[in-house]
Amino acid sequence: MTVGKIHNQEAFLSNIAGQLGRERRTEGVQRPQWKKQPQQEVFAGASKEELQEILIRQCGTIHTSVDTTTTSDLPKTLNEALEKFGSSPAVYWEDERFHSFGLDPVLEALPESRAWSDEDREEMTAFAERAKIGVTFSDITLAESGTVVLFSAPGKGRAVSLLPEVHIALIPRSTLVPRMTQAAEEIHRMRKEEGRVPSCVNFISGPSNSADIEMRLLVGVHGPVSAHYIIIEDA
Amino acid sequence: MSIRISNKPFFERVEKGIDDEFMRSAVSGAQDRLEGRKAESTAELGTWEDWRDHAEEIRQHTLENLDFYLQQFAENAAAQGGHVFFAETKEEANEYIQSVIRRKEAKKVVKAKSMVTEEIGMNEAIRELDCEVIESDLGEWILQLDDHDPPSHIVVPALHKNKEQIRETFHEKRGYGKSSDPQELGRFAREQLRKEFLSADVGITGCNFAVAESGSVSLVTNEGNARMVTALPKTQISVMGMERIVPTWEELDVLVSMLCRSAVGQKLTSYITGLTPSKAQDEHAPEEFHIVIVDNGRSKILGTKYQSALQCIRCAACINVCPVYRHVGGHSYGSIYPGPIGAVLTPLLEGYENNKELPFASSLCAACTDACPVKIPLHELLLEHRRDIVEHEKGGFTEKMAMQGFAYAATHPKMFQFGGKAASPIVDRFSEKESGPGPVKLWTQIRTLPSQKDDRFRDWFEERERRNNGGKNS
Repeated sequence: MTVGKIHNQEAFLSNIAGQLGRERRTEGVQRPQWKKQPQQEVFAGASKEELQEILIRQCGTIHTSVDTTTTSDLPKTLNEALEKFGSSPAVYWEDERFHSFGLDPVLEALPESRAWSDEDREEMTAFAERAKIGVTFSDITLAESGTVVLFSAPGKGRAVSLLPEVHIALIPRSTLVPRMTQAAEEIHRMRKEEGRVPSCVNFISGPSNSADIEMRLLVGVHGPVSAHYIIIEDA
Repeated sequence: MSIRISNKPFFERVEKGIDDEFMRSAVSGAQDRLEGRKAESTAELGTWEDWRDHAEEIRQHTLENLDFYLQQFAENAAAQGGHVFFAETKEEANEYIQSVIRRKEAKKVVKAKSMVTEEIGMNEAIRELDCEVIESDLGEWILQLDDHDPPSHIVVPALHKNKEQIRETFHEKRGYGKSSDPQELGRFAREQLRKEFLSADVGITGCNFAVAESGSVSLVTNEGNARMVTALPKTQISVMGMERIVPTWEELDVLVSMLCRSAVGQKLTSYITGLTPSKAQDEHAPEEFHIVIVDNGRSKILGTKYQSALQCIRCAACINVCPVYRHVGGHSYGSIYPGPIGAVLTPLLEGYENNKELPFASSLCAACTDACPVKIPLHELLLEHRRDIVEHEKGGFTEKMAMQGFAYAATHPKMFQFGGKAASPIVDRFSEKESGPGPVKLWTQIRTLPSQKDDRFRDWFEERERRNNGGKNS
């Protein structure tokens, strides 16, 4: 792996230590035992069913439509959603879960659709920009804020959830957690145990919005104009 | 632009603000809405004070160990292929950014909103290279098109502009022919900005918080423009104030949650993006990732009584409750950091010379201190500034005399009684006129001095007692 360059570090950090009136600290600093951690209490002990209800309620606040379905009905539900939003062109992740949930036939049957490929960045970006719909799978789902957490990885292009007019996120119920706290713990664990975190972690809660003109809500000024979640009752 | 957005004198700026009726109603409307939403979303948690305590503890611990966490951050970012530049001054920061742009032979830079790049005047530095800089936050883009009108609010930069003014700007600068309906204006901006994202060579963002344990930067937005800026151009530069750092992702959770709730009353904004330089495993991340860590006067605040000002997470909650900001608007502060935090921070970063009025532009009602999610004692810091300014200036003659006179009168009851009565006819002469003498002048330029014609409280009270007693007896 190429190592990047660091410029001016020592002088800069020595100055900071000097201003703080002590020697440079280069090691041995531990996070203290925090006195309070209220984030742990939010929806503590809620079941997956309860978290699902909280998520659905929150979707009303973040301008996101939502379907619930079973694993066996998922292909049908996705198909209906695609039709509702104008179906094609569609771009989706090269993600193992599309195969395991039996969704390839649904997407391949569209007049124009492509799975993300890392091979040709320019061409894929242009396609995603033209695409009507982008389909992703949530890696972790936050009930409190109605957020899907997407970890970048080979085949899981960032543009799929960003450039198309509609973003459809597939949410296995097994991925539901109370809030951002549990996702942060998981990323912290990845760093400690696997030595790395995904190059891009996206927390996405509904469509793009802005309130820059007279404080009025404008949806889709930059990213998707619509967001749609499909919750799969797999657990 | 730099931290300073106007060279006009303070009272001239204030007067302009007070005369701008649209701005004033926009500001009070925004304050009410943002503060209302914040109150709702914090009440819902039921443990807001615990959250504030936790956030404060995190910020204090990080500042106390800032050199350690910045080193950890830089080493982790570099180990994964990122380039980290520590910039003591704004000139050093701009030179480094220019060097990257030159090497890439970039013709177009697309930017997501960032306070620190405003503070260091980065856009001008880039334009010197014959390279275009496009602001991509909708509000910032509007201001940029409108001949670089300065922002007036940290979270809602174009708050002072109405939709007709925006339509006019779009029409004049980009040939827009449709209505002033915000939806239509927004669709037009979408089309225009898409082209910019796709054709830019370099993307530049700020950084809400950097995460030391993994060398990541995080960006909190609703529009998703930061995602565009970091996903599309091949070179990415993130510019961060050196204090914007957390130890691990677990503290990131807490501060991001506080930021979103305090700024706009949302549980999380539409997009929160964590980016880590990581060439080894990547799909279509930028090919080059640079992080510029900026001091620009911040280190001078460390180890002083003002250190807690560096806890700020730029949520604008203090601005949204400030009665002074409500009346004078963001431009009156003359700084890219308006409101109570601006009145604390601007003199620290830029010195007292041009900013000595700012700490006095406060009612010291402490609403800002109560609102602050990381518990910066804002009104106390404003008082500290006042003390330091008076000490520094050794007090103007008039002010000193007035204060000494008051101190004498206040400690001598006979004098105070006499003074109260004697003052009435004198003060009344100025109360409804344009100006008064000495220290009263600044007040009467802006406000009507309360009339002294009515009874003094003591007289009124005695009279009331007398009447009540009379009533009882009859």
